[in-house]
Amino acid sequence: MSATNSSAKTPRFNRSNIDIGSILLEGRAFIALIVLIIIFALLSDSFLTAGNLITMTKHVAMNAILAIGMLFVILKGGIDLSIGSTVGLSGVVAGVLLQGLQLDSLNVVLYPAVWVVVLCSLLVGTLVGFINGVLVTRFNVAPFIATLGMLYVARGAALLISNGSTYPRLAGTPENGNTGFGLIGGGRLLGIPMAIWIMVVFAVIALIVLRATPFGRWVYATGGNERAAELAGVPVRKVKLRVYMISGFCAAVAGLIISSELTAAAPQTGESFELNAIAAVVIGGAALTGGRGNIRGVLLGAFVIGFLSDGLVIVGVSTFWQITIKGAVIVLAVVLDQAQQRFKRSKNAALAAASKGQQTPQNSETTAVPTK
Amino acid sequence: MTTLVEPEAAVNTDVVMRAVGITKNYGPTRALKGVDFEIRRGTVTVLFGENGAGKSTLMKILSGVETPSAGVLELDGQPVELRSTVDAVERGIAIIHQELSLAPNLNIRDNIFMGREARARGIFVDYKLESSRTADLLRHLEEDLDPKTLVGDLRVGQQQVVEIARALAGDARVLIMDEPTSALSGSEVEVLFRVVRELTAAGVAIVYISHHLEEALEIADQAVVFRDGALVAKAAASDIDLAWIISNMVGRNADDLAPDLLDEFGDVALRLTDVKVADPSNPARLAVDGLSLEVRRGEMVCLYGLMGAGRTELLEALAGRTALLAGTAELEGAPLGNRSIAERVELGLTLVPEDRQRDGLVQTMSVGENLTLASLLSYAKNIFLSRTQERAAIEREIGDVRVKTASASASITSLSGGNQQKVVIGKALLTDPRVLLLDEPTRGIDVGAKAEIFALMARESRKGLAVLYATSEVGEALSASTRIVVLSKGRIVAQFDPRTTTREEVMVASGETVDEAVDAAVDARNGDAR
Repeated sequence: MSATNSSAKTPRFNRSNIDIGSILLEGRAFIALIVLIIIFALLSDSFLTAGNLITMTKHVAMNAILAIGMLFVILKGGIDLSIGSTVGLSGVVAGVLLQGLQLDSLNVVLYPAVWVVVLCSLLVGTLVGFINGVLVTRFNVAPFIATLGMLYVARGAALLISNGSTYPRLAGTPENGNTGFGLIGGGRLLGIPMAIWIMVVFAVIALIVLRATPFGRWVYATGGNERAAELAGVPVRKVKLRVYMISGFCAAVAGLIISSELTAAAPQTGESFELNAIAAVVIGGAALTGGRGNIRGVLLGAFVIGFLSDGLVIVGVSTFWQITIKGAVIVLAVVLDQAQQRFKRSKNAALAAASKGQQTPQNSETTAVPTK
Repeated sequence: MTTLVEPEAAVNTDVVMRAVGITKNYGPTRALKGVDFEIRRGTVTVLFGENGAGKSTLMKILSGVETPSAGVLELDGQPVELRSTVDAVERGIAIIHQELSLAPNLNIRDNIFMGREARARGIFVDYKLESSRTADLLRHLEEDLDPKTLVGDLRVGQQQVVEIARALAGDARVLIMDEPTSALSGSEVEVLFRVVRELTAAGVAIVYISHHLEEALEIADQAVVFRDGALVAKAAASDIDLAWIISNMVGRNADDLAPDLLDEFGDVALRLTDVKVADPSNPARLAVDGLSLEVRRGEMVCLYGLMGAGRTELLEALAGRTALLAGTAELEGAPLGNRSIAERVELGLTLVPEDRQRDGLVQTMSVGENLTLASLLSYAKNIFLSRTQERAAIEREIGDVRVKTASASASITSLSGGNQQKVVIGKALLTDPRVLLLDEPTRGIDVGAKAEIFALMARESRKGLAVLYATSEVGEALSASTRIVVLSKGRIVAQFDPRTTTREEVMVASGETVDEAVDAAVDARNGDAR
């Protein structure tokens, strides 16, 4: 039909113009990352070594996995403050199972296999997400409040289970048949730590889910305009429930990685992790109002935060300055993002005005002849 | 541009405000192209023009919301620069916005005095004075409301009255009304017009914009027509008629809404039996009260009624957004019961909602993603979307409903209102519906796009789709339907065949009062068309 062609002819508003805008939007985080690497490489000889890069990326991976889960929630227009506590809780669950379950009535100690332990941990994390989702969908609790509540509940549960103490020595013993837990966080494949591989796998899966499945589209639609999505037949409630479960699952994975790496599980693990994850998502260009953001941005955001923190440590900047600088970077990212959005909006408004100008009312095919 | 108007000499004391050579650019787009425009004391100047013709942009400049890219504003012959709306209000220029700009969490009084609170002893708000002035204003507007009612609890029409009251409270010399009647009932419009005449008698200059051409012509002293960002025609209202306005607006003769429709219909697609729906804003009241209706395949049924007649509530309940209080609704014999919205869409019942921005579009998504949102599962293989299938459907639908867009991946917000509405309808059509519900499908859309939308609806009905749509414009009901169902207070009060009925019959049935001026205008138009 000529409908699409006619407007494509106006050279002022061709497609490439719009794409440059979105490239800039995401390029910002990328440029920041490059700048960071250059600055730290100049200030420190050890920064750009393979060993250091791998160590830093491992730190990044932890936050990136959490941020991927967080992205789903934020895309939907929610927020998940409970993931830090879920990290702690899932580690503790793994710890208690690996230490052996004391069954008093039978007078035996049960040592579940590592895969059972992992499964239980993941289930617990997903359950926390499920509870968040039910609170939000069924009881209409605002996501901020629901997950804030679960932040305390999950942390409390971790403390109750562990009685406040750390589970040490989670490596397992051959006679109990529960060795291998340490591989999750400590193992390497092709010289690269497992945590990084997990991050890569999660990123790929999340990318596919968001871009190539109806569910992914529904997440964007629900976050962009929940009422319109619902009216279009999108199962909004199911989508909301699922994103919190995804977030909880990712948190549990992070918890497993940490406790595995340390071969110890402390109930306090993961405090304020949720804030780092949110920061990564936001630096990556996602909107807290929902509907906008992507995996590429989240990864970049996680790298910016991770390299910044580690780089500052390597260069020897004081902890207090580290915190201050990190905060400033986050705010700056959002300020730039807002400017970009404003630019985009005004351009779209101009395009809308222009598309009216082109309207050709005289159209013999669509405007039917009066019958009367 | 073919501006037929020469700015008159500045010595003319009647002119309160004048715009000289106003140009406004949004990026490379020129929304206004050197417009000369003047506002006279004690007159109503009505701006006509399709959406995007530049009316609203000019009003934004006159009220200080936007600054012009070029040109000068003069107030009482002196050049002024309006830096903000506050600046404009201080100079006596008030605007009633097209979109309601009230705070729903505040009461009527606080909304009216928002930003210019009356002071008692310098620092405290003088609530007593504000309350009494609010009560006076509401009485003047014949709206029986407590000044302490929360604005969020009001009907949209009542909110609009509050918006008007707020503009009146400022003692403006120039009052700009951008679509002030879009949510008002017939009697409320009459009150507004009475107030407008009182204001002009007191010397206030009024600038008025409305899509209801007949209504606007009724109140006009001066008529000004905009097209493509330029002022193209200007005349005293007494010298012109609707046909003049419309032909200037679109550069052609209007009244070709009327699409071809079927005479014979198929089986019953939608059957409603004694349906009752509670009013969502006031659950004690019935918005729809015992309504029975059958819509057959190939029919295009128009629900006509005033604000609050229950049209929207009925359609939203049918779509599954709210529950039926009593009665049954059947889609091709299958009871809808309490199926979810998604299940109804699956069955073949889709609603094109009244508020496009709030309920129809996902603003963060592209044109293509919006189009396929409702039918996404039909492009899925296992759990994955088939890109090729989806893209093919998008391209087909863009051509089918004639969306004018740079590409399928362009942002939905880059389209004009009419094209956005085509996307919403295209989205509904992609679900392959059996029954299509549309709530005010041409709200806020210009005349040219209106005709296209009705032609689209008619085409689908000829293919056997059952179409049920709500409108508050009699002209639409008469020229684009196979049957008019008139609603009043949640009941069907009359049904008409649009070919044999008249405008007056329909309006009287709905409880609307027919103004003589409207009659005259209508007769003139019908005379032209036949």
